[in-house]
Amino acid sequence: MTTRLSSTFANGPALVTFITGGDPTPDATGAILDALVEGGADVIELGMPFTDPMADGPAIQAANLRSLGAGTTTADIFRIAAAFRARHPEVPLVLMGYANPMITRGPEWFAGECAKAGVDGVICVDIPPEEDPELGPALRAAGVSLIRLATPTTDAARLPAVLEGSSGFLYYVSVAGITGLQQAAQTSIDEAVARLKDKATIPVAVGFGVRTPEQAAAIAKVADGVVVGSALVDLVGKHGAAAAGPVGELTRALAQAVHSAR
Amino acid sequence: MTAIPTANSYRNQPDERGHFGQFGGRYVAETLMPLILELEREYGKAKADPSFKAEFDDLLEHYVGRPSPLYFAPRLTEELAKSAQPGMGAQVWFKRDELNHTGAHKINNCIGQILLAIRMGKTRIIAETGAGQHGVATATVCARFGLPCTVFMGATDVARQAPNVFRMKLLGAEVRPVTAGAATLKDAMNEALRDWVANVHDTFYIIGTAAGPHPYPELVRDFQSVIGKEARAQMLSRTGRLPDLLVAAIGGGSNAIGLFHPFLDDPSVKMLGVEAAGHGLDKEHAASLAGGRPGILHGNKTYLLQDDDGQIVEGHSISAGLDYPGIGPEHAWLKETGRVDYTSVTDTEALDAFQLLCRTEGIIPALEPAHAIAAVKKVAPTLPKDTIVLANLCGRGDKDIFSVAEHLGVTL
Ligand SMILES: Cc1ncc(COP(=O)(O)O)c(C=O)c1O
Repeated sequence: MTTRLSSTFANGPALVTFITGGDPTPDATGAILDALVEGGADVIELGMPFTDPMADGPAIQAANLRSLGAGTTTADIFRIAAAFRARHPEVPLVLMGYANPMITRGPEWFAGECAKAGVDGVICVDIPPEEDPELGPALRAAGVSLIRLATPTTDAARLPAVLEGSSGFLYYVSVAGITGLQQAAQTSIDEAVARLKDKATIPVAVGFGVRTPEQAAAIAKVADGVVVGSALVDLVGKHGAAAAGPVGELTRALAQAVHSAR
Repeated sequence: MTAIPTANSYRNQPDERGHFGQFGGRYVAETLMPLILELEREYGKAKADPSFKAEFDDLLEHYVGRPSPLYFAPRLTEELAKSAQPGMGAQVWFKRDELNHTGAHKINNCIGQILLAIRMGKTRIIAETGAGQHGVATATVCARFGLPCTVFMGATDVARQAPNVFRMKLLGAEVRPVTAGAATLKDAMNEALRDWVANVHDTFYIIGTAAGPHPYPELVRDFQSVIGKEARAQMLSRTGRLPDLLVAAIGGGSNAIGLFHPFLDDPSVKMLGVEAAGHGLDKEHAASLAGGRPGILHGNKTYLLQDDDGQIVEGHSISAGLDYPGIGPEHAWLKETGRVDYTSVTDTEALDAFQLLCRTEGIIPALEPAHAIAAVKKVAPTLPKDTIVLANLCGRGDKDIFSVAEHLGVTL
């Protein structure tokens, strides 16, 4: 089945960009998302803020707190998503976040809202394959991709379980750690991506610790996608509601680097 | 006593997926999943290994000071009976886990977990702590076994529990203040999980309560069950019968499940878990069963204090050890099955009970078991005279004298 995600990855290595929804305010997010698209981002990850972002480093933790401090609700996130979909009918949009806000009104409710808002996929940090019934069936029934994470600790024995029931793309977390801190050695990324692509029938994107166009270019040589988050979120932290300009600039440089591998 | 068929037992949880009914589970990042599975396998092997149990028992006896006494509290019993109708006013007994080395039940669990860490070849220990009791117990076992120890503690708690911070440092641990969020126990646990994800290869996370991803709720319960096993045998040998009501305070629920679990299949034994009602259930509190609903946090599904969007709400309790917006998943399940009753008491009620125990029995309790004592104070007068109420005196109050003084308006 052709989806926005599959046709995007079919064009060659894609730049996947993450920002936290509602940071610095729900009203400011739309312009920042537009800057990502105009800068050349191929897939948009919209972070759902959570009080306890256990897998995130200081940059994204702070973004979560700024967003919640501005009063961002789940309804705001879906409003932002639906408005984005109306402005950008072709750009894949993925929600990323933690389990509790996703399941709190029931997984069917959440999956239904995703479908209504034109969300293509969901990345949930703290629902591993072992707990798939919590969210996976509802998303699949609603036609929304469940995008799972693979990590340096995902060995060959686990990989089939991770791939089973996931779609859209596989998100390879290149470091055992939290977002925004260390950077993985390129050789370890090369090896891991080769191992994953050998088994995966969906595209493999690499993220965590990717900040610069140089890193992005190197990863794009081997992977189907490069995910950049904290570096962009840092710009939102620094420039607040005026972040669209600087965010667009960094995105342009990253997109050029990633697309040069096409 | 008739044996209950295993199919109807309350003591065979969790299932093979780590679920207690709809609760529990393993809601962790993929990075941690292989480690959690390895821990489950290793714990399974340890349970079947007589030398593991022998070493655990030996350390509990000679290092921790077990068995802890079972104590009948005559003057508290008498005091509470004063307000009772004729013929009423239950006997109050205590399981004296405050006499353990380091002053609380926390050490039982730390001994078990550090033995597991060593079996797994881990060389570095991390822990979260609220009141500092679990941090002190972890620092203690790390010193005993010569392993480096990092304790994550909310900056707010670092300030209000200074003596325990110093104790941990004396024991050689590094204390890392956590400034995120409200800078209390929940944030310390987030930070410990972040450290763990980044150091899975060499680090063992000693979780301090019967919560977190499977198999933690199960193994913490098993290690703490020494409390209930001893109490059951002691009560039978002292009185020839079982207690009628067990009472325990609940933060994450480890001292409570440790007391309750060995009695769960004794139908005559009722149980009461006591949550912290803080300023009152209609205000700020830490009673997740009374004021929360099911959700997912810190690796397990359980009752959580949260808003409509599933954002976690900060707890409040005078007791730093109860100041947590969740509860162990087995308690969530025991509540839903109706096997255990749960209630809550306020800061003020706990402070009153704290002073009552000091004056009637010459025992200064920690503020956590002061909550259990406050519940006993309410329930004992409503029960017949020959009824036996057994409360878990799970910690001593040395750590709390500064904050109690402050609440009583005394400058030290
Ligand atoms: C003495 C004491 N009791 C109880 C608790 C609460 O934990 P739990 O509910 O796991 O027993 C603590 C936690 O710090 C404690 O120090």
